[in-house]
Amino acid sequence: MVKLTQRLGGLVLRFAAFCAALGAVIAMVTSRERSSFFVLSLVAKYSDLAAFKYFVIANAIVSVYSFLVLFLPKESLLWKFVVVLDLMVTMLLTSSLSAAVAVAQVGKRGNANAGWLPICGQVPRFCDQITGALIAGLVALVLYVFLLIFSIHHVVDPFLLRKS
Amino acid sequence: MAVSKLASAATSDKSCKILLGMRLLAFSATLSAAIVMGLNKQTKTFVVGKVGNTPINATFTAKFDHTPAFVFFVVANAMVSFHNLLMIALQIFGGKMEFTGSRLLSVAILDMLNVTLISAAANAAAFMAEVGKNGNKHARWEKICDRFATYCDHGAGALMAAFAGVILMLIISATSICRLVQSNKYCSTTASPSVVP
Repeated sequence: MVKLTQRLGGLVLRFAAFCAALGAVIAMVTSRERSSFFVLSLVAKYSDLAAFKYFVIANAIVSVYSFLVLFLPKESLLWKFVVVLDLMVTMLLTSSLSAAVAVAQVGKRGNANAGWLPICGQVPRFCDQITGALIAGLVALVLYVFLLIFSIHHVVDPFLLRKS
Repeated sequence: MAVSKLASAATSDKSCKILLGMRLLAFSATLSAAIVMGLNKQTKTFVVGKVGNTPINATFTAKFDHTPAFVFFVVANAMVSFHNLLMIALQIFGGKMEFTGSRLLSVAILDMLNVTLISAAANAAAFMAEVGKNGNKHARWEKICDRFATYCDHGAGALMAAFAGVILMLIISATSICRLVQSNKYCSTTASPSVVP
């Protein structure tokens, strides 16, 4: 009975992380806005910035990985390997989120010392959708940190609670 | 079976020395990244116009704290190097401490947190440096590396040291997790060997 709730808790967390990562990918990929600035027209899409491309690729990898691990059977010996892969995936998530937030912050506030103007005034809907994608990425990261602690507690058993 | 072999290899004496060496390397890499980026500053004078025949000069400075990502980079590298220093001190001077379950777990969890911290910092600084080096013609952001070459070179060196620190911290953290499989075994150079009754 206890084992069933443990397994269910792990599954629910992983499914939620899969949804969050997938949502981040979709929100960022569908953000595209055209704005006209006197005679010039500016099309803002996510692939203009390398950090956003990395964010999309990293979250896509994470969502595919979580989807595949959802179907791993309980008795498989691969669960110890899943702990290491969870750590690597958490690293991937945090690095992609941090890079995207750093670049998005320059897009929102600009950088007066380098002479870079903020672009959010001209493409507000693009900026809002990017913000939403970054928040979904943050939710996926927090869920994966919980999953990491969860899998270490149940797979590696550091407190030696199980008598075997 | 392979996992238990790996776990027993992770707690032998030779691997303790290798772990200490790697922690020293990671400490020096992250500390040098923090120091080089923290002292990164370049001042240059440009001619911005002419009044009649005399040119007007303006002085511009490139500092690391103009960019929030670089400030985060310096702070995170300083924190990770401090963590490594603590772990090295624990390994050298912590001979009499008994490593019960929660102490070993806290070492592993701290290692994991620091791995994620330093990978986030190195990545954020790398992408900001890429925007500074290549510019972005869609957003009309000019590149700055053609004018402040020394600033960009020093920043590149700090980034390389930080990425070396990322790889080293990942290996250290994986070793700490492996150590959790065989509990109560920790490296201490002053620990007495266990007596078999």
